[in-house]
Amino acid sequence: MAISRLFIANRGEIAVRIIRAAQKLGIATVQGYSEADQDMLAVKLADEAVCLGSAQSKDSYLSIPNVMEAVRSSQADAVHPGYGFLSESPEFVRQVEAAGVTFVGPSAATIERMGDKVEARKAAEAAGVPVVPGSKGRIETVDDAAKVAAEVGYPVMVKAAAGGGGRGIRVADTEEELRKLAPQAQQEAEAAFGDGGLYLERAIRAPRHIEVQILGDGREVIHCYERECSLQRRRQKVWEEAGAICLDKKTCEALCASAVALAKDVNYRGAGTLEYLYDEVSNEFFFIEMNTRIQVEHPVSEMITGVDLVQEMIRVCSGEKLSITQDQVKRDGHSIEVRINAEDPHMQFMPWPGKLTAMSLPEEDGVRFDHFLYEGYQIPPYYDSLLGKAIVHAPTRAEAISKLKRVLTGIKLDGLKTTIPLHLALADDPAVQAGAFHTQWLEPWLAAGNLKPIQGDAA
Amino acid sequence: MADIVSPLPGVFYHRPSPDEATFKSNGDAVSVGDTIGLVEAMKTFIEIKSEISGTFDSYVASDGAPVSPAETLAKLDD
Repeated sequence: MAISRLFIANRGEIAVRIIRAAQKLGIATVQGYSEADQDMLAVKLADEAVCLGSAQSKDSYLSIPNVMEAVRSSQADAVHPGYGFLSESPEFVRQVEAAGVTFVGPSAATIERMGDKVEARKAAEAAGVPVVPGSKGRIETVDDAAKVAAEVGYPVMVKAAAGGGGRGIRVADTEEELRKLAPQAQQEAEAAFGDGGLYLERAIRAPRHIEVQILGDGREVIHCYERECSLQRRRQKVWEEAGAICLDKKTCEALCASAVALAKDVNYRGAGTLEYLYDEVSNEFFFIEMNTRIQVEHPVSEMITGVDLVQEMIRVCSGEKLSITQDQVKRDGHSIEVRINAEDPHMQFMPWPGKLTAMSLPEEDGVRFDHFLYEGYQIPPYYDSLLGKAIVHAPTRAEAISKLKRVLTGIKLDGLKTTIPLHLALADDPAVQAGAFHTQWLEPWLAAGNLKPIQGDAA
Repeated sequence: MADIVSPLPGVFYHRPSPDEATFKSNGDAVSVGDTIGLVEAMKTFIEIKSEISGTFDSYVASDGAPVSPAETLAKLDD
């Protein structure tokens, strides 16, 4: 192993996860932390810890000068960025590499390319990966709109070419409707942006969010199958699964092969995820974006394949070849992860950064908790609300759901309010049990009052 | 005199955004449900609403200061 001293430029549960992976590889760890995080579990577990600055992320975890200074002073020979913060900052990667330190992730150029929506779409098309069909460029007239719509297929969405923010967006199911709606969209675009140019693409109603986990060493790329993350609230995933029960075997194989093709095309190094929208009605999937880092929900892929993604990404970024080939990646059973957030689901998910007075987590086979909690820990209010994840693995999805219920019921986190009641209600819901949901499902479900207050919990 | 306290730990703000005026100033009328400030916790801004009516006296916690649950944020004359 070319890496001997790994700097962790992150916090919370993922910092703990990275330290554990490094320890298994015999690598010494240096944990960066903010002044508000000096008591966090990762600081206690790491061999050394260096303060990055004050509590606000911009002065610590997001400050490239501060992180670089800590990396240099600690004499680390590699940096793991985790997720969020600087994990997808090409500028950070350039500075890490300029300091002669290994970045555990892809090159700055790859991050830049895949982080740009237009460039990523081009790269996908070049690799033969389906993208949401749409107009090649601006559309100026209603006749042009009708022509393109006939090619991409209805329903279609027209929107202002000039701007975002949902202004001027219309969805049409037929040409007749499009001919009525396109002029309205043009007028609205003209009024909002002074530019009546339109963009048109296929509208995917009620899409499912499917993604593929890949690993690359700069030459070879393998996949660790797909995940489904359609249960979302405010575009945040709350419940994730591997695999995706909505996909038939053939579609699943085509999906995973497309992810490998794209990652291979960009000589991908490290762990990455390609995100897709899946249209159940037409049985089509469309690439939307690539995340060039480890993801929160990576454990479900680890549970069904037995691959340690974090260890593997450290290995390949140190210059080693992938330690496994595609035919060695076997899938087994079904896995579900739920995000345990410090939020009160009965009070509009108000953040609840409390003090953990007593904790107990059930232990059994096929159950894993990734977290950064310990008894007496005061959750700092400055960062996101993720406390940890409960992950279960079972032979079938139905068994995984029962196991999840049993495990969630056995968790004791005194002094905190968490999203566990939400996950228990979801586990009991017939639609969730049937796997009949999509990305627009959870919010209306919540708005309809499906999450009932628990008796005796009259807060 | 009545206190408005923080329901949660976080960072207290007097203004909706840095270049806007404070939610309330000395002498302003306060009705039940009026927002008097924001507490930012875990990347979320929670509006702090008055549960009583009265006249705004002053902010107690300073703008941008960390606050604890039940800490006094502002005072009203009722």
